[in-house]
Amino acid sequence: MTIARTCVSAILKAAIPLLFAIAPALANADTLADVAGRYRIDASSRIGFVVEQIGGGGISGDFKKFSGVFALNNGDISRSSIEFTLFPESVNTGQSRIENFLRSDAVFDAQNFPTVTFKSTHITQTSANTATIDGILTARGKSSPASFQASLATHDRNAIVFHVEGKVMRSRYGMDVGTPIYSNVVQFNMTIHGQRG
Amino acid sequence: MLRNDAESYGVVTILFHWIIAVIFLGQILLGYLMVRTGNYALQFSLFQWHKSLGFLILLLSGLRLLWRMVNPRPRMPDGISRIERAAAHAAHGFLYLALFVIPLTGWAVASSSPLQIPTYAFNLVVIPPLPLAISDQAEAFWTMSHAWLAYLSAIVATAHILAALHHHFWKRDAVLLRMLGARRPAPVRPHADPLRIANKDTRS
Repeated sequence: MTIARTCVSAILKAAIPLLFAIAPALANADTLADVAGRYRIDASSRIGFVVEQIGGGGISGDFKKFSGVFALNNGDISRSSIEFTLFPESVNTGQSRIENFLRSDAVFDAQNFPTVTFKSTHITQTSANTATIDGILTARGKSSPASFQASLATHDRNAIVFHVEGKVMRSRYGMDVGTPIYSNVVQFNMTIHGQRG
Repeated sequence: MLRNDAESYGVVTILFHWIIAVIFLGQILLGYLMVRTGNYALQFSLFQWHKSLGFLILLLSGLRLLWRMVNPRPRMPDGISRIERAAAHAAHGFLYLALFVIPLTGWAVASSSPLQIPTYAFNLVVIPPLPLAISDQAEAFWTMSHAWLAYLSAIVATAHILAALHHHFWKRDAVLLRMLGARRPAPVRPHADPLRIANKDTRS
């Protein structure tokens, strides 16, 4: 009995840490193998943003028109990539005067610069289901590095959903109108729905 | 001399008058131009200046009123009819009131607008909105009130300026000069008679 107990105890002692050590790796490998591939960003995604204002509150809204693709690399997440385009003309805040202001040459100058683009340069995995996406954001004819944090929300065989957050300094793109009443930082909060294809 | 006396205005009253006058006229011009520019970025900036200067007028006018309450008022020059006296009082009363009511209606515009753009006077002080109904209709009402009161006050201010010039060039009394810092009333000059002026000059 004593010998048997000692044996079981020893096995458990060895197995439990081992289980903890390999579980994330297993999950990770499983996830990556499952989700690897090329995706098109679906229109059901939401590209939300908030610009805080002095004294509390701020301007929040989203962009209704956008497109993009991303490729998740099978073995090495850092070799994945994303390209994203949004159309500032489609900005939506629930207040037409603010939207017209944002479309005008005071902010996006949507007539002369109809798209805002983001192209990843480097993706770093930060945990089993999160990654930092570094890239170049181009708006209003100006390009500057930008960084976003992505976390995997859910996936099945043909679709995948990420939550993506990031802060962009609008002054870098010649859009600093209204500072310091309105923050220089645009906080993006996005839900990206990818469809395989 | 900082304080007023029975004959002349002190430096503080004179500074209040001219500083507020310059900002007030500047505000009417700014208000007229800012709603007519097609440049959104410039318009935003002009609106913020207009709001900041409006609050400065409100602050200065409050201090000016307090100063007026604790200072004597120089008497009016002789030979002013009752009608002129009444007209002067009415115009001054209106302009004083305008210095409070117009900034307050401007504050109401910013407070009632659905845009809810914060007021950050001179990028130094956050001024909270007045507790008013927020809607496009409320904003339109306050905007109209603000604009019409401003244009009405511009007319009264023009009458005030013309009256001052009338006193100076026609009646030749000290009304304008004492607001420019003349220490005591200038002598009455009924007509431009060089001999009389020369005679008077010998007095000083």
